Amino acid sequence: MAEHTSTYEPRTGIERWVDARLPLPRLLWDSFVTYPIPRNLNYAYTFGAILMMMLGAQIITGVVLAMHYVPSGTMAFVSVEAIMRDVNYGWLLRYMHATGASMFFIAVYVHIFRGLYYGSYKEPREILWLLGVIIFILMMATAFMGYVLPWGQMSFWGATVITNLFSAIPLVGSAIVTWLWGGFAVGSPTLNRFFALHYLLPFMIAGVVVLHVWALHVVGQTNPTGINIKAKQDAVPFTPHATIKDALGMVVFMIVFAYFLFYVPNYLGHSDNYIQANPLATPSEIVPEWYFLPFYAILRSIPSKLGGVIAMFGAIVMLALMPWLDTSKVRSAVYRPLYRQFFWIHVLVSIGLGYIGSQPPAGGFIIVGRILTAYYFIHFLVIVPLLGLLETPKPRPASITEAVLEKHGRGLALPERTVSNTKVGG
Amino acid sequence: MRFKNAEGQMSGMLCRLTAALFAVGMASSAACAADQPANATPHYPLKEPHELSWSFSGPFGSFDKQQLQRGFKIYHDVCSNCHSLNLVAFRNLGDQDGLGFSAEQVKSLAAEYKIQDGPNDQGDMFERPGRPSDHLPAPFPNEQAARSANGGALPPDLSLLAKARGPERGFPWFVFDVFTQYEESAGPDYIYSLLTGFQDPPAGVQVREGLHYNPYFIASDALAMPPPLADGAVDFPQNGDDDKTNDVPQTVDQYARDVSAFLMWAAEPHLVERKRMGLTVMVFLIVFAGLVGYTKRRVWANTPH
Ligand code: HEC
Repeated sequence: MAEHTSTYEPRTGIERWVDARLPLPRLLWDSFVTYPIPRNLNYAYTFGAILMMMLGAQIITGVVLAMHYVPSGTMAFVSVEAIMRDVNYGWLLRYMHATGASMFFIAVYVHIFRGLYYGSYKEPREILWLLGVIIFILMMATAFMGYVLPWGQMSFWGATVITNLFSAIPLVGSAIVTWLWGGFAVGSPTLNRFFALHYLLPFMIAGVVVLHVWALHVVGQTNPTGINIKAKQDAVPFTPHATIKDALGMVVFMIVFAYFLFYVPNYLGHSDNYIQANPLATPSEIVPEWYFLPFYAILRSIPSKLGGVIAMFGAIVMLALMPWLDTSKVRSAVYRPLYRQFFWIHVLVSIGLGYIGSQPPAGGFIIVGRILTAYYFIHFLVIVPLLGLLETPKPRPASITEAVLEKHGRGLALPERTVSNTKVGG
Repeated sequence: MRFKNAEGQMSGMLCRLTAALFAVGMASSAACAADQPANATPHYPLKEPHELSWSFSGPFGSFDKQQLQRGFKIYHDVCSNCHSLNLVAFRNLGDQDGLGFSAEQVKSLAAEYKIQDGPNDQGDMFERPGRPSDHLPAPFPNEQAARSANGGALPPDLSLLAKARGPERGFPWFVFDVFTQYEESAGPDYIYSLLTGFQDPPAGVQVREGLHYNPYFIASDALAMPPPLADGAVDFPQNGDDDKTNDVPQTVDQYARDVSAFLMWAAEPHLVERKRMGLTVMVFLIVFAGLVGYTKRRVWANTPH
């Protein structure tokens, strides 16, 4: 926050020496120790930390897996099985990485919907939000290419279907597809370059995450009231308050992660991916990973190929446009009775689209898919802008502290300790 | 005031609208599942697999050594005439969480096989007895040979088959499966049902020459594999007492169970180790979460939030 000035005091000679040359310890101290956070953050706000943890876990397991993996059409499938069978704890690494990708997406979807609920995209957090959308896009690219690497049937055919989408681009489409493939069909050259990119992109994500956190620390976190920190008692220092709360969120999330990892490691994947890629045998249904299903449903709901591709990318663009589509002066859905309902409908519609995406595109599924797709865009392009103009927001408390005290019953005075606890830097 | 009212109405309307939207959704998806046009391809498998209880399912599951050894014997005597098991090495048969053969047993078992090796210093391929580090040899030298011996159909490698078949579960079962951990039984259930599911086609159903009707087959109503098992076809070593009721039955049903369990082991040899580690990790994490939760309460005790 602007008023948050550094309170770092180098204590030893070495610290002073470093601080005068590269004040990295100061940066960390100010960002993760004394940094003031709203006192009323709930557990939905721990998903940022959870996502950092997941990115770290994916990179570490991924680097080790890469030491054993062979990116070639003939060897990839077998090398993954060698990891599963012969590499010490290879099964653990590989299942961690594969279920970890799903957990990463569960966390990012909670994180995004939390942002949509509490209006985290609104002024002055537009850049913070856009960086988040960029991370999301990079994540999807990374996950898509990662799913190709085991070179099973779904890897191969998923890659074929998705890369083929680029052929919808007028005139240059098919040339682009050939260029992406490095040949005239998905094959070893495709696998090889996907592996290179799959290794590269997570580090790009890490770079954008740094910007994301930087932007966050410039404008400060939102909170369930949507009201900015106005006085010292509205905030608490990051450490220990957020540190311990984030830690709890992470540990509980790890329990869910461990459950999938140890007990149902293949639940979130497709059984066909245990069949080696075979260009001559098309699976009866080609389904992407679960986290792409809503977008896949949108793609298939539009009768024209180009239209479908545009709609699919448009669905993500909608997220990026949120700061400008939302006309409401009020940030948090807590005080927006109508938006709150539409928010939950939007959540249900997104889940519904996911279900449609997993079903064969026939009969009733097509019709429902089209209705839901239309609604998805109507939500962003019509409902959200109109609501801001039509809705009467509920009265908002004057400050975060007032909201907190209201929750704990009026008349409860701030205990002495709290005031001293909430001393913020500066 | 008036606005408030309008809002109330609007939100009531909204609820009804959503309800309607979802009702339409559910109805039409049900409808499209129900009235399939007569000429549409039917949904395979025609019959859902039987759900058996396996020793390895659930959070505390582990393989039954005796069952895996019997399963291996069935694979060895019957299935290996057509199917390879490329990813399994002889040494794997000594896994203590799996078949649990002793090092000596593994060695002599491997030595029963002829393995092609080479080229030697003269440039010739030669045959030698198998070693524990060898993988189980395939019955056919290549895909073409396998196909030509099986009427054009390719008997798939069985190493991963137990994880490579997952008949669709549908809503709401796929949600429950997260908690029942059914996923792990799906493959063995499928293989068991397939092996016991050969039958005469119902009246009016034509089965192409060389195919065998089986409503449990995932890709069609008949497959190119002839029924591989018959009662009494494989001799199990029995415990030697005179009481016949103590013997393991030598029936198709028992064979199918045993070979399915064996194939699950082949597909997921570290299953037991995984679940064992899972238990430790879960207990640790839950206790740790309790401690972190307690610390968190202390830290925030005097900060209403
Ligand atoms: C006479 C050769 C032969 C024998 C013996 C044989 N199979 Fe097969 N099996 C085949 C062929 C051929 C196919 C391919 C069928 C097709 O795709 O139509 C097949 C397919 C299968 C499948 C895959 C079905 C699917 O879903 O695609 C399984 C599982 C299987 N066999 C298991 C076994 C087991 C277990 C045994 C031993 C008890 C066995 N087979 C013995 C020839 C054989």
